[in-house]
This record gives sequence, structure tokens and C-alpha cells, in this order.
Amino acid sequence: MEAVVVQNMTKTYGKEKTLAVDNISFSVAKGELFGLIGPDGAGKTSIFRILTTLLLADSGTASVDGFDVVKDFKSIRNTVGYMPVKFSLYQDLTIEENLSFFATVFGTTIEANYDLIKDIYVQIEPFKKRRAGKLSGGMKQKLALCCALIHKPTTLFLDEPTTGVDPVSRKEFWEMLRRLKEQNITIIVSTPYMDEASLCDRIALMQGGKILSIDTPDDIVKAYREKLYAIKANEMYPLLKVLENYPGTLNSYAFGEYAHATFKDQMKNMEEFERFLAEKQLTGVEIKSIEATIEDSFIKLLH
Amino acid sequence: MKQFISFVRKEFYHVLRDRRTLLILFGMPIAQILLFGFALTNEVKDSEILVVDYAKDNASQQILTHIGASRYFKISKAALTQKEIMSTFQAGKIKAVVVIPVNFNEDLLHSNKAQIQLIADATDINTANMIINYLSAIILEYQNQINENLEIPYQIIPETRFLYNPQLKGAPGFVPGVMALVLMLVSVMMTAISIVREKETGTMEILLVSPFKPVLVIFAKAFPYLILSLINVTAILLLSVFVLDLPVKGSVPLLFAESTLFIITCLALGIFISIKTDSQQFAMLISLMGMLLPTMMFSGFLFPIENMPLPLQIISNMVPSKWYYIIVKSIMIKGLGFSSLWKETLILLGMTLFLLAISLKNFKIRLQ
Amino acid sequence: MAQGEKVIVCDKLTKRFGDFIATNEITFEVNKGEIFGFLGANGAGKTTAMRMLCGLSTPSSGKASIAGFDVYTQTEQIKRNIGYMSQKFSLYENLTVKENIEFFGGIYGLTDQQIETKTEELLNRLGLKSEAKKLVGSLPLGWKQKLSFSVAILHEPKIVFLDEPTGGVDPVTRRQFWDLIYEAAERGITIFVTTHYMDEAEYCNRISIMVDGRIEVLDSPTNLKRSFGVSSMDEVFYQLARSAKRGD
Repeated sequence: MEAVVVQNMTKTYGKEKTLAVDNISFSVAKGELFGLIGPDGAGKTSIFRILTTLLLADSGTASVDGFDVVKDFKSIRNTVGYMPVKFSLYQDLTIEENLSFFATVFGTTIEANYDLIKDIYVQIEPFKKRRAGKLSGGMKQKLALCCALIHKPTTLFLDEPTTGVDPVSRKEFWEMLRRLKEQNITIIVSTPYMDEASLCDRIALMQGGKILSIDTPDDIVKAYREKLYAIKANEMYPLLKVLENYPGTLNSYAFGEYAHATFKDQMKNMEEFERFLAEKQLTGVEIKSIEATIEDSFIKLLH
Repeated sequence: MKQFISFVRKEFYHVLRDRRTLLILFGMPIAQILLFGFALTNEVKDSEILVVDYAKDNASQQILTHIGASRYFKISKAALTQKEIMSTFQAGKIKAVVVIPVNFNEDLLHSNKAQIQLIADATDINTANMIINYLSAIILEYQNQINENLEIPYQIIPETRFLYNPQLKGAPGFVPGVMALVLMLVSVMMTAISIVREKETGTMEILLVSPFKPVLVIFAKAFPYLILSLINVTAILLLSVFVLDLPVKGSVPLLFAESTLFIITCLALGIFISIKTDSQQFAMLISLMGMLLPTMMFSGFLFPIENMPLPLQIISNMVPSKWYYIIVKSIMIKGLGFSSLWKETLILLGMTLFLLAISLKNFKIRLQ
Repeated sequence: MAQGEKVIVCDKLTKRFGDFIATNEITFEVNKGEIFGFLGANGAGKTTAMRMLCGLSTPSSGKASIAGFDVYTQTEQIKRNIGYMSQKFSLYENLTVKENIEFFGGIYGLTDQQIETKTEELLNRLGLKSEAKKLVGSLPLGWKQKLSFSVAILHEPKIVFLDEPTGGVDPVTRRQFWDLIYEAAERGITIFVTTHYMDEAEYCNRISIMVDGRIEVLDSPTNLKRSFGVSSMDEVFYQLARSAKRGD
């Protein structure tokens, strides 16, 4: 069964009709962990707001748990959980007060759905008398997730929950999401971090209001047909310059300690390339063929 | 209902945990009352005035005795030319000069009409007004006294009247004014800011995406400020009775009922502002410029409305605090009952309903 | 990279807020033209340290000199010799690209002649010629960030401080941004950068990782990975930051 269905959704803003979401269609299956991956301005937040009934689309239809986002907005508001971008809770209320307030607003109690948040809540429970404003970024995030889960939503919308969060807290957050998935909650999450994409069941790579590609992370990577090489040298910036100037290069860019590059004719003439590098006086050169990552796929789609 | 209570409790947490809010809520009314009550009193005490008596007759002597007996003035006498009077003013020693022309008594007896010239140092316009008013009142009193048994009354010009404040006391006018001001500030500004803050932090998005009815969110947010405002009214009245020695002449329950109505007017305004704005600063600016300033200018509390040009008088009718100011003044100082205030009450009620209506009409169950 | 000349010298630099030690005796040096990555978990004390280095906040104790100027007494000279950009501080959204460049050029005391040539150069380099008269607010985030960086180094500062400059930017623009950083470093501008992207840490000549207010490690990415016996910076960071006691 489909938890979320979006058909030909378009959203523009203001008098100039700035296009935020451009004729998008996709669907998310029940219990799926679905990722909208893309930079700022890709249209992720607009999609979230339309699906959570906070905004009306210009055209197209969408439904959540079978409810229409326009007609049945009340039913949707009863069943979904939502964590907006930049969400900051009530800074002057304690952990406990925040949680019990949101529980009451959603017509439930902490006790009633405790089993759902238990895993996460026990980590912050020792500080339950502390005000939200005095919590660390990671703890705030856990509390926000608890608040969004307290009424046992069928579908959970998380808009950039990890933006600006350090890699360690990000990792922990994704572990929590994996565990939640086991509770059969559909989770739709957006992120600008490409490395988080592989943790989703399925992803949509987005840019400029459009979906560039939508599939499982594995299949997106498999769709990368060119042979990809990782090249390393002791001097990174000169290496990038050299790759750019090599006539056989299709595309080259930095990627961590390596540079990634694709070549014309799938690089049949490796010796010639190695000679070219040697002439440029690069040291410690290392070349290897590698599997593409989501980020490589995204870069290719943008070109 | 349980949700509503939980909401109200949360709102009280916000208020009680923020020192700045608390200070504005409760420190300000007290400060205002004390400031107006003691420091900024409009009373004129022991003002130095100069008397130039050209008449030196029976009537002029009697008037001067009256003025001298008043505790407001310290008089000295001199015979000066017009030019010398001007230079005395320039020295800045005296606040006003009373000039009684020659043949004062005779004019009064024969033509039933006489003139007294009152000159005041108008660099401080309020004090000048006050002194002229007091002097005129004293002259008037004298005139009434000599007219008691006469068929054709004597007339001394100028003529000024004092209404409802015969003791020439400074306090009564400002307590209703401060009440209007404080309620405006607390109810309009605090409500607007607290709702807009939820928009800024993103919590409003969550509340909208919840089973709680969106309109109830707004009312639940406004409700605590109704209670806080009523506490403020009580505090101001207690201060006014026990510290400033100014009793409430009319019915206290009526005063509270009217105050509740005015508070709801203000809350409706605050809600309207919060719907139309997205940032706390902007909400505050609008509240201050759009609400507080008109309250100061047009309620009749600092500047008498009767003296304003007609267009401004018409504008003043649209300021809710003007009507509330009239109501409070009538109840507290004149001791009037509801039968004399139904018109003002009705106007206020109309404004409240209008504001609530446009707020509801503009309220959106979605963002934007 | 010109070895020898030190443009940032920190010795036991400390900042206390009450009994909370935000930055605890950090000691390090940065060479001219170096790209220095300043990493750490949220709340590790990076922002506080950066504010002190920019002359915006007076240290509680310790010594530091920036471009040869003392952080206690010569903050005005420091500000004249550094550039700064962050994800939050960008340009004026309601001014055009050209107006922004002219304004910041004026702020940094460039002559009209200099501003004109700089503007020309910059617009050409970023390929923004046709956008010169557009409001900055209407540009995509990635372009804004590239423009913002170029404006931050308009006056050829000795050091430029970048606070998470690429957050939320797409992968292609992120790399173009780093090209700009490399170019600036080639010209001898020292780059001091914070980031949450671990692949960007690899682009730095050296990086430091802060944990609970202290600099826990400082070395080149390659050496760090070797000494931790792991294959990526991500794992180095994870091992270090996991031991952190405090958050932000």
C-alpha cells in the first residue's frame, strides 16, 4: 500500500511566480524510509509543507495515508508527525514539559505511547528537568523526535533533521530512524548530505524543484555507467588542474583525499594517461578504478 | 478542554520564566503609576508670580488677596512698565504676571465688565497652561462671590472653567490614562509577540499540523493575557487607592467589567497584528507605533481632544483607548453608573466585534 | 606554500564564561598560504575560538597573534587584515551583485579605480557578468556563497576565516567553491575553515579537531588517518568526538 502519493505537483511563490516545485510525481510505500536528497532551494521544504497540509500546491494532487492533502487536511493533521526545518521546541520549557505539552495537544499522554519513544527518551530522561534551551544539539534533536512521535503517527515527516549537526550526532540520529522503521512507521526525511542517502530505502535526488532521479540507493549507483577512477597525488590542487587539462578527461572533481574522474573511451589507453601525469611532476600518484557513490551520481546528473 | 488548559499552563510557564516579560508585565504599571503620581505631577506649587496693580482699588485688592491666599502662588508686587515686565520674564525668575489695569473697580461697577491681563512664561507650555487656568479659576471664584446678590452680573475677563477637578488636584486624570496605556501594552504587544514567536521558532507549524483546532491555538494563546491584564488592573487600582489616596467613586465591579471588555478589544488587536506579521520585532514595532502612540495622543489623557483640529478629533474617535479612558474616568472620578456609559460601552463592544471578525477572516489554517 | 612565515600563532588561548571553559588552552600555528581545517563537534568551542582570532572577543588568558597583531590590543589592525564569511552572514540581499561588491570594496578602503577593476575581475571569474544587476537575494545559495567568499577576499586579506561556508550547497557548487579556496591559497591568502563535511577536511593541508574545548589532534589528513589506523577522516572524527562529554 502507498503511504504517500504525489502527482504532478507544482508550487510557485510570490508575484514573480518563482518555481519551487516543478511538476513532481512520486510515491512512498507504507513502512518505507524515503529520502529527499538535495541542496538548499531544491524544493524539499515546499514538498514537506504541502504534504503536511501547511501549504497549498498550485496544481497537482497529493495524498497521505489515502487522505487528500486539501480536502482531508484535518484527518492528515490527526495522523502525521512533523519536524520542521530549524525546529527549536520551547526553549524555556523543560524536556518533560515540552513532551507532555505536545502529547496533550495531540490528545494523548506520554504513558500511552511510551513504548514507541522509549528507546530515544531513555537517553534524555536523566535530564528531563532541564530546559530545552540548555540542551546540546544532539539532545535537542532527540527531544524533537520524541515530540513528533508522541502520538504514534502513521507517517513521519522530518525536514532536514541533521543540517548543521556534527557527523557523530548525525550517525546516532540515523540509527534511531532505522529502529523506528521497524515499528512500521513510514518516514520521509530530507537532507543536503549525500552520504546520508545510502541509509534510506529509496531516495529522490532533487535540484531546482525537479527530481533528477528516484530509485533505491543501490540502483542509482548501478545506473552510473561510466568507468570511474580515483586518482591520488601528494599535491591535490595541481592534480585537479592536470586532470582538467588532460584531453581525454570527461569530468573530474575532488572527492575527499582522491580526485574522481571519468574518461573518453572508458580509458583504453592507461599508459598514455600515466605518462601525462608523470610529465606534470606530480608525486605519489595512485590510480584505481572504483564504484560510484550517490554523490558521484548526483554530480553526473547535474552536468 | 484538557488541551486548552495545558496550553494556558504552558503560556504561564513562558511568562513566569522570562524576566523581561515579567518586568514589562508588572514592573511597568507600578513604575508608571508612581512616576505619574509623584514625579510628573502637573500640579503647580509655590510658583513665583508678579502682580502689577495699576488700579489699586477695592476690587483689585480683593482679587490679589485671593490669589495670595492660594497655596499655588508666591506673589510679589511691583509697578513696572510693559518693557520692564518683558525683561523680568527674560531673567526667568517668575512664571507669570497678573496686570490689573487702572479704573478696574469702576469699569466693573459701571459697565459690569472689566479685564485682567494674565501673562505666562510659555516656554513650559504645560506649566503655563496650568498657572493661567488656576489664576482664571481664582478670578472666577471672586467674580461669583461678588455676583451672588446682583441682578446684572459683573463680568471679569478672561474666563476659564474647571470641571470635575475642583480641588485642582493633579492625580485623577492620569490613573485612567495609565490603565489604558498599560492594558494596551500588555494585551496588544505581549499577545502579538507571543504568537509571532511561535511562528519564528517553527512550533506554530507543529501546532497547525495537530488535531488541535487552529483557531483555538490563537485563543488559548490570548487567554493567559486576559488574566494577566486583569491582575494589572487590580494592581493599578490598589496603588491608586492606597498609595495615591484616590478612591474609586463608582462601582468597582462595573469598572472590572468594562476593563475586561477593553482587554478583549486589545487582545483582538494583538491577534490581528500577529496574523499579519512574521517577526517579533515587526510585531513590536507595529504595536508600539500603531497602538501605543495613538493611545498617548488621542485618548485625551495627555492632550485634551477638544483643543485638537477637527480631523484629529475624528481620528481620536477610532482609538479604542479614548472610549475606555472616558469610561474609567467617569466611573473612578465622577462616580457615574452604567446608565450614563452605555454609549461608550457599545462603541467599545462594536470595535471588539469588528476586530475579532477581521482577525477570524484573516486567520489562515495554513502557512502564508 | 611559503614555509616559515606564521600568520596565526596561538599560545594557550583560553576563553571562560563564568566557570564554563569554552576554549581551553589551545595552542597552534598556521603558515602563510595554508588551508587549515578547524573541526569539532557542535559545542566543542570552535565558534568561540574563531571569534577570538577575529578580534571580536577578548580571550580570558593565553596569547595569540593574527597576521602579526595582538588579539588583546590590536583588534582594529586584525580586522583590517582578515576576511570573514559564514553561512549566516552573507551579502545584502536587497542590493545587486555589483552594489554589494562596491559597498564592501568601499568598506575595506579600496579606491574607486581598484573597486572597478576588482569588480570586473570578480564577475568574470564567477561567470556572473550577466547577473551583475540582479539582486543578490534572487541568486541560488551556491552562487551567493561563491560571491560572498570573493567579496570576503576583495581586499586581499592575509587570512580569511570561513565558518561552515558550504552548508546546504549542492556537490558541484561545493567543489567550485573549493576551487576558489585553492586559488586564493595559491595567491598566499591563508584559509581558516570550519566544516561538517568530512570529505572537505581532506582538502585541507592540515586540520585540527577540537573536543570539549581542547585541540585533541592536529596534523595533515593523511597522517591523522595513519596514526588512527583508519581509512577515512570520518572515522578519525567519530573516534575522537564520541568521547566528548559536553554538547552545545
